Amino acid sequence: MSEKQIKNYNLNFGPQHPSAHGVLRLVLELDGEVIDRADPHVGLLHRGTEKLIEHKSYAQAMPYFDRLDYVSPQNQEHAFVLATEKLLGIEAPPRGQYIRVLFAEIGRELNHIFTVCAFAMDIGAMTPMLWGFEHREKLMEFCERVSGARMHMAYFRTGGVASDMPDGLADDIDAWCDEFPQMIDDFETLLTENRIFKQRTVDIGGLSAEEAMDWGFSGPNLRACGVPWDIRKAQPYDVYDKMDFDIPVGKTGDCYDRYLVRIAEMRQSLRIIKQCVADMPGGPVKTDNHKITPPSRGDMKQSMESLIHHFKLFTEGYHVPAGDTYTAVEAPKGEFGVYLVSDGSNKPYRCKIRPPGFAHLQALELVSKGHMLADVVANIGALDIVFGEIDR
Amino acid sequence: MDLALNDLGELIATALPNEVTATGVANGELAVSVRSETIVKVLTFLRDDVNCQFKVLMDVCGVDYPDREERFDVVYNLLSMTHNQRVRVKIRTDEKKPVPSVVSVFSSANWWEREAWDLFGIYFSGHPDLRRIMTDYGFEGHPLRKDFPLTGYVEIRYDDEQKRVVYEPVKMAQDFRSFDFISPWEAMDAPLPGDEKAEQADDAAGEGEG
Repeated sequence: MSEKQIKNYNLNFGPQHPSAHGVLRLVLELDGEVIDRADPHVGLLHRGTEKLIEHKSYAQAMPYFDRLDYVSPQNQEHAFVLATEKLLGIEAPPRGQYIRVLFAEIGRELNHIFTVCAFAMDIGAMTPMLWGFEHREKLMEFCERVSGARMHMAYFRTGGVASDMPDGLADDIDAWCDEFPQMIDDFETLLTENRIFKQRTVDIGGLSAEEAMDWGFSGPNLRACGVPWDIRKAQPYDVYDKMDFDIPVGKTGDCYDRYLVRIAEMRQSLRIIKQCVADMPGGPVKTDNHKITPPSRGDMKQSMESLIHHFKLFTEGYHVPAGDTYTAVEAPKGEFGVYLVSDGSNKPYRCKIRPPGFAHLQALELVSKGHMLADVVANIGALDIVFGEIDR
Repeated sequence: MDLALNDLGELIATALPNEVTATGVANGELAVSVRSETIVKVLTFLRDDVNCQFKVLMDVCGVDYPDREERFDVVYNLLSMTHNQRVRVKIRTDEKKPVPSVVSVFSSANWWEREAWDLFGIYFSGHPDLRRIMTDYGFEGHPLRKDFPLTGYVEIRYDDEQKRVVYEPVKMAQDFRSFDFISPWEAMDAPLPGDEKAEQADDAAGEGEG
């Protein structure tokens, strides 16, 4: 019998595939069931956020950051707020900084619960998703109590946060921190030593530390390769330098290590949340410079100057001195950077958003090549891809 | 921190005297301006030099200054995990002048450069795959240029008669409202009616004293 030449098979994966995590169109070239080439087509969710921000005042631009990575909105706000504060040369008061760190870590929990559960569901484990979302719901309730919105909080403001936490919220968050470790243990019971889960993840999409750096990896995906790099430790912002926490690292950078790093990070985040609640000082939550933060409602009824400040802030906004800055935070997905250029007016001249997922998705071909078709799904899940931030 | 950054800036400037045109530290961040045709050499040096070790290219982006002769800035943000430092490398270019692609130095530059090409029309020579990335298939123009209108030129809708999505010129029910917030007190150079007399009075008083 003569040998038959088999042509490679092209497969369009997405944009409506449930495992594409949104709107990823992936053009795969398959040799049998083995991936030969993977070409992600992104931009299907492009909304022109950077262009829109150029036409808004700084305060109006901030809520766009919620809508980038909608799984952990707070952390994006944090980056923009810090960049603006850097150009303005101001700092939030201690209580404001503590609240920001507290909610940034809640954002990390929100994200990691979602990622771990969605990843498990991608490769066939249904239960974690059902359990995890109950806890996400509780966290979103905390967000709602503090800002009025479950997801798109718009809570972090230049110079602090929008308003103080309501009474009793700190205690409830603390109580949640005591009950959540049980849930993490349950996740681990279901997944960590699960034979099927390990078959689907161990040695899938492994990456060396050099490759990861070359491809611009950051966050848990980089730490899974064994690089102990965390901006919260190396270049601390707000009160992260006062927090005591460890940086979990992996070894091989495969899907299993990425999962383990996220599980460990959930526990570390809990430590930070507990410290924030315990050490939170009293005092104002935003700077008293009313050229930047609005005065209180009560003052506005009493003082003409406060009324003028309020009117000017919500029509014109504040002018930011000319200059540029690249400010990055450790978002749950990795380094979320904002390159902000100001020309001295009340609108950003240019606001480049550096989403971590963009770099991670770019390396999808590298991590998937030579693996099976089903492993692409595992890789997408473990890389933590969200299209709100990649497409901007 | 600023001192260390100043030293690093000096070190880069002395090592690459023909390439670097300016260095500066502002807001606790080091920015290095270099000549655009030397960008590959500069980034290779920054990556490999023992005192730099900028192993990660975090971001490449364009900035548009339409009034300038070379209208675009291309900004490279690098991170050194070894020395816990960041540096920003800037080059200038225009619509026609190609910028050498740095994909050979940092693999991550691939999509960032595609993005800068898509949104600004900055051409990267030697890029392996310079396609559009953010905008729609068949999109025309470069949306992040300052002369590109915020609303764009076309809008799409599903046409029930033709049973397909059609592109049409943008029709706005109301013009986009853009306010300039320059305060009348700050922007006005001409004296307010009546104020010219005050100045004359000042001058007269000054002369009287002299």
